[in-house]
Amino acid sequence: MSPITPKETDFIHSEEFLHGLMKRQLKLSVSCASAFLLVLFGMPLLNYLAPELMAQRVAGFTLSWLVLGVLFFPYVWVIARLFITRSVALECAEVDHAAAGNKRQS
Amino acid sequence: MNFSQIDPWILTLASVTVFITLWMGFRSAKSSKSASDFFVAGRSVSVGWNASAISGEYLSAASFMGIAGMVMSSGYDALWYPVCYACGYLFLLLFIAGPLRRFGAYTIPDFAEGRFDSPLFRRIAVCFVLFIGFFYTMPQMKGAGTALSYILPGLPYWVGVVVVGAVITLNVALGGMKGITLVQAVQYWIKMFAISAPIFVLLSVFGGYGHNLSLNHSSKDIAQPPIVQHIDSAAPQRKALPEKAPKDDAWIAPFGPLTTKAVKAAADALPVEQREAFLAQNKKPYSLLYTFSLIVALVCGTAGLPHILVRFYTNPDGIAAKKTTMWVMILIGIFYVFPPIFGVLGRNLMPELYTGLAGVKGTDAVVLRLPTLIAQKYGVLGSVLSGITCAGAFAAFMSTFSGLLVSMTGALAHDVYGRMISPNSTPAQRMRMFKWCAVLIGSISVILGCFVEPLEINFMVGQAFAIAAASYFPLLFMSVWWRGMTMKGAAAGMLVGGLCALVAAAATNASNLALDKGPMGKIFAGFTPLNHFWAGHPLLRILCEQPAIWTVPLAIILMVVISKATRSSIPSDARMKMLVLHAPEALGLKQEYIQEHQGSGH
Repeated sequence: MSPITPKETDFIHSEEFLHGLMKRQLKLSVSCASAFLLVLFGMPLLNYLAPELMAQRVAGFTLSWLVLGVLFFPYVWVIARLFITRSVALECAEVDHAAAGNKRQS
Repeated sequence: MNFSQIDPWILTLASVTVFITLWMGFRSAKSSKSASDFFVAGRSVSVGWNASAISGEYLSAASFMGIAGMVMSSGYDALWYPVCYACGYLFLLLFIAGPLRRFGAYTIPDFAEGRFDSPLFRRIAVCFVLFIGFFYTMPQMKGAGTALSYILPGLPYWVGVVVVGAVITLNVALGGMKGITLVQAVQYWIKMFAISAPIFVLLSVFGGYGHNLSLNHSSKDIAQPPIVQHIDSAAPQRKALPEKAPKDDAWIAPFGPLTTKAVKAAADALPVEQREAFLAQNKKPYSLLYTFSLIVALVCGTAGLPHILVRFYTNPDGIAAKKTTMWVMILIGIFYVFPPIFGVLGRNLMPELYTGLAGVKGTDAVVLRLPTLIAQKYGVLGSVLSGITCAGAFAAFMSTFSGLLVSMTGALAHDVYGRMISPNSTPAQRMRMFKWCAVLIGSISVILGCFVEPLEINFMVGQAFAIAAASYFPLLFMSVWWRGMTMKGAAAGMLVGGLCALVAAAATNASNLALDKGPMGKIFAGFTPLNHFWAGHPLLRILCEQPAIWTVPLAIILMVVISKATRSSIPSDARMKMLVLHAPEALGLKQEYIQEHQGSGH
């Protein structure tokens, strides 16, 4: 079903709606990006500051190799999955929020 | 060319891949009727097909051959490439994929013009599709030349580049985007099989991943030998490493040969008694800087590659675009676990590759050559497995080159011809122009590919990422999230950031080619003084070789400062555009925006 074209006077055209929408989306994206960047930029720093720890052997791998070459991929998949789930839920909430705003205005 | 050295299995399997690709391209060409089919596959590609197609297009010669070669030559430092190639998609998912699809344009230049109502900006954006595209096609051509020289021993490198380039150009000219979506989706699965099946056999014969890695002793192991070495002592031992191979502790540890190259070259230029102190003081900090810059280039570059971004327009909606991105991350993440294993096994079992050129006989060919070791134990199985990896390599550079050709040809045919030169052209004329532009771009790519034999595949791809990171990524990120951006700010940031990265990458490549002992060294001899300059200024060399750490912030700062200075020219409908970019499709804003802009070219 194609969506209905909104009227210009609808709540979704208000500054309040756009500001809130972008703020909530950005908050979600930034929090997921922080979890990703913390580990991504933290790895070289750990290699630099704690080389002995990162050179520990785990099943033949050095810890630095195991984390970067194997474990980092599933870590990122989990972040991606969480983002999609929350982003879909956020979109549903935004549609409800817009409908409630329109009702209030009328 | 010596025909007696040709392995029939390898030749047959590689040929089958080429013929399947061509057959599917021709078949799909029959169903590509409209301009929309050619450019965005009618916007009707499902999540599964699109994720496979994006992965198929993305996994290039750099992924299939280059990563293994670079891990073998540089060790741990090279792992940043597969990790960031795969995980860079997260940035795309978090900040760009959904909004970009909601905006509803054909190409990135379409987005640039639509967001800022500026045909001039479209022209600037088109230039970068071509810059990034050509930088990216060169390593694909290198992969083609390397693989064909391996399959047909004695065949000159350039013949491989010309033959493969011509075949793919023909395929794209006939099928357009819809033609290659199916081809690329199938090619992902060919590549996945080709990279994983030989690895399982190799690991079962030559010992596990961890075992082979443990044979490389770090400085810590020398003091305290790891227990795992004794567990699998029945597995075959490694061969002696030649002089040219990096030492174990430098190879397995972070801050190894790749990231310390500039500092070591600078140390070599100093008097012997000063070298140790210089290295002790500068090696690790410079290496850390190199690593951070590489990460920025690869993560931001993934989110700014035009031939990948254009695929998000083929999704039905924003949610589908996000789901597609997640599946792409899973598909390519699984793939990227395998190439480093080839590198580790190659170091232990085929160290003779270190002694060859960086190209045909060098570590870049480890994926193709390593499976032949199986032949010592299981006869013909070695040839079959080597044939499978050759087939995968063909699928890799064919699919990526196809995608790049569509993207660059689309920019020329749709943006330059259809919008600038002949805006009143009919769809039939545009489709005809698409075919001619494909031939032109394909020919230029082949010529460029002939020059890059001495350069490492993965290194060249990394540079294409650095240019994308400093041009398209800031443009897309800022345009999607900051409504105060003006066309002048966006254009200045993208131009200055992108061109700085382009010049820096070109200077590094030219100085590297000047070191070549073959014909390229003579052609680029004029750049030899640059290598003396790098030796005296290792920091500048790092900042040129990996420019993203300063070009990306530079582009963003310019965008902010110039947009603030020209705030009177913020598009009058900026708020509406931000709504279209961010509001869920269910609210119907996209439809409203399209109605509003009907006839105005958006």
